[in-house]
Amino acid sequence: MLLQVRDLIKTFPGDERPVDVLRGVSFDLEAGVTLALTGESGSGKSTLLHLVAGLDEADGGQILFDGADVAAMNDRKRAKLRRRDVGVVFQQFNLVPSLDVAANVALQARLAGRHSPEADARLIERLGLVDHRAKYPEQLSGGQQQRVAIGRALAGRPRLVLADEPTGNLDEETGARVLDLMLELVTDASAALLMVTHSKRLAARLERRLHLAHGRVATRIERRAAE
Amino acid sequence: MKAAGLTAILSHWRRHPVQLATLILGLSLATALWSGVQAINAEARASYDAAARAIGGDGLPSLHQARGAAIPLDTYVALRRAGWLVTPVVEGTLRMTGGEVRLLGVDLLTAPPPALEGDLAGDVEPIDALGESGRLFAAPEIAARLASPDLPPVVAVEGVAPGLALADIGVAQRVLGEARIDRLLVLPDQPLGRPPLSEIAPDLEERAPDRQGGVARLTDSFHLNLTAFGLLSFVVGLFIVNGAVGLAFEQRRPTFRTLRALGLTARSLVTLLAVELLILSLAAGAIGMGLGGLIAAALLPDVAATLRGLYGATIEGSLTLRPAWWAAGIAIAVLGTAVAASGALWKVARLPALAPAQPRAWALASARTRRLQGAAAALLALAAVVLAVAGSGLVAGFLMLGALLLAAALLLPLWLAACLAGGQRLARGALAEWFWADTRQQLPGLSLALMSLLLALAANIGVGTMVDSFRLTFTGWLDQRLASELYVTARDDDEAARLVPWLEARADAVLPIARTDQRVAGAPAEIYGVADHPTYRDNWPLLAAEPEVWDAVAAGNAVLVNEQLARREGLRPGDPLDLPDGWRTRVGGIYSDYGNPAAQVLIGLDELYDRFPDYRRGDYGVRIAPERAEALRTALVDDFSLSPDQIVDQAALKRLSLDIFERTFAVTAALNVLTLTVAGFAILTSLLTLATLRLPQLAPVWALGLTRRHLAALELTRALVLAALTFSAAVPVGLMLAWVLLSVINVEAFGWSLPMHVFPADWARLALLSLLAAGVAGLWPARRLATRPPADLVKVFAHER
Ligand SMILES: Nc1ncnc2c1ncn2[C@@H]1O[C@H](COP(=O)(O)OP(=O)(O)OP(=O)(O)O)[C@@H](O)[C@H]1O
Ligand SMILES: [Mg+2]
Repeated sequence: MLLQVRDLIKTFPGDERPVDVLRGVSFDLEAGVTLALTGESGSGKSTLLHLVAGLDEADGGQILFDGADVAAMNDRKRAKLRRRDVGVVFQQFNLVPSLDVAANVALQARLAGRHSPEADARLIERLGLVDHRAKYPEQLSGGQQQRVAIGRALAGRPRLVLADEPTGNLDEETGARVLDLMLELVTDASAALLMVTHSKRLAARLERRLHLAHGRVATRIERRAAE
Repeated sequence: MKAAGLTAILSHWRRHPVQLATLILGLSLATALWSGVQAINAEARASYDAAARAIGGDGLPSLHQARGAAIPLDTYVALRRAGWLVTPVVEGTLRMTGGEVRLLGVDLLTAPPPALEGDLAGDVEPIDALGESGRLFAAPEIAARLASPDLPPVVAVEGVAPGLALADIGVAQRVLGEARIDRLLVLPDQPLGRPPLSEIAPDLEERAPDRQGGVARLTDSFHLNLTAFGLLSFVVGLFIVNGAVGLAFEQRRPTFRTLRALGLTARSLVTLLAVELLILSLAAGAIGMGLGGLIAAALLPDVAATLRGLYGATIEGSLTLRPAWWAAGIAIAVLGTAVAASGALWKVARLPALAPAQPRAWALASARTRRLQGAAAALLALAAVVLAVAGSGLVAGFLMLGALLLAAALLLPLWLAACLAGGQRLARGALAEWFWADTRQQLPGLSLALMSLLLALAANIGVGTMVDSFRLTFTGWLDQRLASELYVTARDDDEAARLVPWLEARADAVLPIARTDQRVAGAPAEIYGVADHPTYRDNWPLLAAEPEVWDAVAAGNAVLVNEQLARREGLRPGDPLDLPDGWRTRVGGIYSDYGNPAAQVLIGLDELYDRFPDYRRGDYGVRIAPERAEALRTALVDDFSLSPDQIVDQAALKRLSLDIFERTFAVTAALNVLTLTVAGFAILTSLLTLATLRLPQLAPVWALGLTRRHLAALELTRALVLAALTFSAAVPVGLMLAWVLLSVINVEAFGWSLPMHVFPADWARLALLSLLAAGVAGLWPARRLATRPPADLVKVFAHER
C-alpha cells in the first residue's frame, strides 16, 4: 500500500473557537491508482492534500507513506519526501517567475537529483511546450502555465502526484485537455494520483472517488477496473 | 539540490537586473560611506603621528640646556657615568629642491625605537650608516629631492615622517658643521637610585614629552567629530542594508515558498541565501571600498592641508590604500550585511511551506510588531538614561549615543503612523481618505528607508550644530585668548634684558608671560603668571568669576583655573585651592581653555616671581596697534636681529586656526551631503520595489476611474509627505545628538564642554534638501507608474482568485 491515511485530524485556530476541519479521515491509496477528492468549498480538501504532501502538520492520526508515518517526520524528512516521492500541482501553478519553462520543468527533478535532459525534452514535447520552452511564466496563458506545473511535478518521477484543482483556473475545454494529459502521464509513469476537484464530471474520469463532508469521508466510490 | 536551488534563487536577479543593481549599489554606498570616513580618519591619524614625530615629539621626556643653548659634551658624559640612560639628539635644517627638511641626528646605537622610524636597519650595513661618509634616511618622496653632492647618500625608507631626514648623530653633526648636542632624550626604564638631575647637571631642565601646541590639540576634536560621523554613517548603512536585503527577500517570497513546497529544506534555503548574501556583500564591499577610497581621496587633500597648516610639516595628501584596510573594510561589509540580514534570514528559516504567496512587506505591519518596536525603543531610551546617569568614559558616551539614535529610529514608524491617522481623520472626500489610508498601509515597506533618512538628517543636524557651535565659540575664544598682537620669545636673559626696553620704546605694552610646570591636585599643571593689564581684564574668556576678580588676582588673593581643572576637581569660584609649597589660595574664577588637555592655573605675575623663582621666562606678549604690528615684526628681525621663529604673529595664528576649521567644515559638509544622498537612495530603492508589489492595490483605484498620471502624482506626493514628516522628527533627534556630542562626549574626551548654538536657517536648507532627495527618489517610480501599460494593471484582475 502506497498511502494509508488513518483517523486524520486537523484543527485551525478560529476567530472565536477552533475550526475542526478534519475529524478523522481514513482512506488507502495503492500505487498507480488515481483517486478524486470532492467536497463542498471549505470541506477541507486542500487541507487534506497539504497534510499528505507534508506541507502542514496534522493534529492527530497517521499518514503512512510506504509504511513511514509522515506526521511523525521532522521538517527535514518531510522536505525529502516532497522532493523525491511527491509531485504537487497547485491550483495557482506556483511557477518560479524568474525561471523559463524548461528550467521550471526541470526544477524539482534537479532538486531531487534525478534530472535527465532527455526525459525532460520528451516531457516538454508531450506537454506541447516545445515552442515555449524559453519563455517565462508571465508570457504564458493559464493552460500553458498549468502544463508547465504538471511537467514539473512529473519530471522528478514521483510515486504520488497530488493535484489541487489543477484545472480550476482553466476554461472547461482546456481543463479537459490538461486533465487528459495529466492522466496519461501519470499512468505512463505508473504513479498514483490524488486529485482535488469540484467537478463531478472530471472526478468520474478517475478510478476512485472520495467525498468529504463534515470533516469525514462521506462516500467512497470504487470503479472496478474492467479487467 | 543545492545547485538547483541556488540557480532558482539567483535567476531572479537575471530577470530583474535593476533590482540587483539597486541592491548592490545600496550595499556599496553604505560600505562606501563609512569606509570613506574610516579611511579619512585613519589616514589623518597616521599623518598626525608622522607629523608629531617630524616635529620631534618622540614621546619621551627630554633634557634641555636653559634657554635653548647647546648641551656641553661633558654634561652628557657626566650623566651617562652617573647612570642616567640618555641619548643625544642634534637638530638642524637642510635645504632641498622645493623646500626644507628637518635633519634629526640621533645616536643610532642607543636611540630608542620611537626615534627610529621605519625600518632603518633594512638593507644598509651599519658601517655605512655610521661610517666616514654616513647615510641620510628619508621617506622615498623626500629622498630623491634631497640628494645632493654636498650631502651623504640618501637612503629611501618607508615610514620616516615626511619633512624629516634622519642620520646618525655623528653624521648629522658633520653635515651641520657643528659638534653640538641640542637635547638628550631620557630613555624609559631608568635605573633606580640614580642621582637627581640637580646634582649632576644643574643647568639642564627636564621637559615632559612634547604635547603639541594648543591649536594642534584641537585636532583631536576634529577626529572625534569624524568618529561620531563614522559611527552614524555605519548605523545609517546598516539600516539601508537591512532595508535592501529585506526587500530583496520580499520580492522573492513566492519563489521561496515554491522551493519549500518542492522539497527544499528550510535550512538549505537559509544556507543558499546566506551564500548569495556573501557573494553580494563581497562584490558590494569591494565596490564600496573603492567608492570609499574615492570619497576619502577627494576629501583628504583638505585634511592634509589642515595638517600641513598645523605642523608646517609635509603630509602626503594622497591616500595609500593598504591591503589591511581593504581586508578590514570588506570583512566589515560582510559582517554588517550579516547583522543587517539576520532578521530577514530568521524569517525565511521560519517561513512555513504553506506561507501565503501574496507578498507582504516584511511583517512590519502588524500592530504587534509596532508594539514590540515601541517597547524596544523604550528599553533603549531607558538604557541611554542609565548610561547618562551611571556611565562614564567615552565608550559609555558613544553607547548612549547609539542607544538614543536607535530608539529614535524605532519610534519613527509610530510617529508617522500617528500623523497619517491624523491626516486620515481630517481628510475630506473619498480620494483624500484613500490617499492617507493607503500611505499608512505602505508605511511598513518604507519604514527602514525612512529610518535611514531620519538618521541621516539627525546626523546632519547634530554634527552640523556641533561643528557650528564649535566654530562660533572657538573664534570668539581665540579673539579673547590671543589678545596681544605679537608674541616674542627671548633666547636668554641677556637678550631679554635688551629686548624689553627696546620693545617698550616702540609698543603700547610689553606683557611678560611666565610659566612653571608644577603639580596641582595630584596631576601635572601649568601655572602662568599674568601681568595686571587691561589686555587680560577686558578679554580673558571667563566662564564664571567673583566680582573684582582681576584685582584679587593681582593682589595675590585669588587665582583663576581653567575649565578642565575646575571640572576635574569640581571647583567653583570661592572654593579654596592648594598650590605647591603649601600655598593655600582661593579660586577667583574659571576660564575656558579649549584644546588644552592639561590643568592650568593663572596667578598674579608677582606671585609667580616670588613663589616659583625658577619659572620659565623670556616670553612676552606685545600690544601695539594692529596696523603697526607688521612693521614692528620686521624691525625685530632686521634691527634687533631676532630670528623669525622667535616671533609669533597673532593675526597669522588666528588665520591659521580658522583655516583649519574651515577645512574641517568643508569635510563635514561634504560628508553631510553624502549621507543624505545615500538615504535618498534608500528611499528610491524602497519605492521602486514597492511600486511592483503595490500594483494590486493601485489597479482597483485605477479601474474606478483615476488616470495613471493622477495616481503617479499621488505617489510622488506621498514620498514628499513622508519625507516632511520624517524631517519633523529629525530636528529634535538631531538637537539631542548635538547636545550629547557637545555636553557629554566632548566633556568625556577633552574635559570641556561647548555652549550649544542653534541655526534654524540651516534646518530650513536641510528640510529643502531632504524634500529634494525624496522628490527625486519618488520621481522615477512615479514616472514608471504613469507610463505603465494598462495591460499590467489588467493582469492584476486576471490573476485574482
Ligand atoms: N491557515 C488556515 N487558518 C485557519 N483556517 C484555515 C486555514 N486554512 C484553511 N482553513 C479553514 O479550513 C477549512 C477548510 O479549508 P480548505 O482550504 O481545506 O477547503 P477546501 O475544501 O479546499 O475548499 P475550496 O474548495 O474552496 O478550495 C475552511 O473553513 C478554511 O477556512
Ligand atoms: Mg481548496
